[in-house]
Amino acid sequence: MRVLLRNPSREIEITGRRRVHALLNELGLNRESHLVIRNGTLVPGDGELSDDDVIEIRPVISGGC
Amino acid sequence: MTNVGSKCRVCKAPAIIDLPRHNANFCADHFLELCRRQVVKAIDHFGMFEPDDKILVAVSGGKDSLAVWDLLLELGYRADGLYIGLGIGEYSEVSAGYAQRFAAERGLHLIEIKLRDDFGYDIPTAARATRRVPCSACGLTKRHLFDQAAIDGGYTALVTGHNLDDEAAVLLGNTMRWEIGYLARQLPVLPARNGFPKKVKPLVRLTERETAAWCVVRGIDYLVDECPMAAGNRHLGHKDTLNSIEAQSPGSKAAFYLNFLERMAPLLAAHSAEEREALQTCTRCGAPSAGEVCAFCRLVETASAHDPVPVELVMRGKGGR
Repeated sequence: MRVLLRNPSREIEITGRRRVHALLNELGLNRESHLVIRNGTLVPGDGELSDDDVIEIRPVISGGC
Repeated sequence: MTNVGSKCRVCKAPAIIDLPRHNANFCADHFLELCRRQVVKAIDHFGMFEPDDKILVAVSGGKDSLAVWDLLLELGYRADGLYIGLGIGEYSEVSAGYAQRFAAERGLHLIEIKLRDDFGYDIPTAARATRRVPCSACGLTKRHLFDQAAIDGGYTALVTGHNLDDEAAVLLGNTMRWEIGYLARQLPVLPARNGFPKKVKPLVRLTERETAAWCVVRGIDYLVDECPMAAGNRHLGHKDTLNSIEAQSPGSKAAFYLNFLERMAPLLAAHSAEEREALQTCTRCGAPSAGEVCAFCRLVETASAHDPVPVELVMRGKGGR
């Protein structure tokens, strides 16, 4: 699957099906600070991702105070 | 491929989000309902608004400010927006576009202030000229201009998009240094007083994952990229720390902040009142001030006299704090 990451924007390729929380763990990303979006729709932690998916992993943490 | 697992806690339809702190998953409709309920609960519990309040929302083009503007309008409040062009290179130009499009598409009134045009400086220049960290120069500028715009425009409430993560991170920082004065003022509503408008934070019961999800579900296009000057700041470090705790123990952030409000803030109220009494009026702009001339007027004087500094130059010399 194609995975779009932000800050900085980049794209990586991941092979094989997995659930969202497994993918986040694999990439070392905390699920509390990220959303996973497929075709404009949110995918929950136990949502399954397949090889032909294009997904965005969007960070949600803002630094302003 | 479909989501074979989780179902909405309310209607059993396929879920679009898991919220470990509520130990539940939600479909789009019931997630939005949960967010509305949390905001209404905050508004009611903390007495945030009067029915006839004229609201000004401080808007950055990011998820929180657009979400809170959207939520307040949905709940039936009258609210205009205020955007401040901070002059942080391309980032500010792009963020202005998000705020302007949100307002234009909904027929909303957006007030715009441009620091460089209206006050003769920008944040990178202010940071360099005053030797402040950029977030400090930015925070000081925004607080002053938000207050001034609200007072000048006859608004009775100034709303910011501070969420649960923001408040918990600030609370952690203030607690670690036992900043009693700051702790005493860290409230979701600060009443109007001597030159300050009422300040309200309706999103304090929503995490930033939830405000971002609100925007995605509602189709609100917002600026996802982080401010280039905020990277590596202490506030982000505190958020990371709290999210690590949250991952191990869901609900910790809410307990930390909301229990502070319930159990600790009342004990600090007397200290907050003492601080208010100590303020005088700035001889230049008339704003409440700790000294003869307020910090904003001093910043304007120094920064506007300095040659413009490109954002890249300040970032190169920043390296976190």
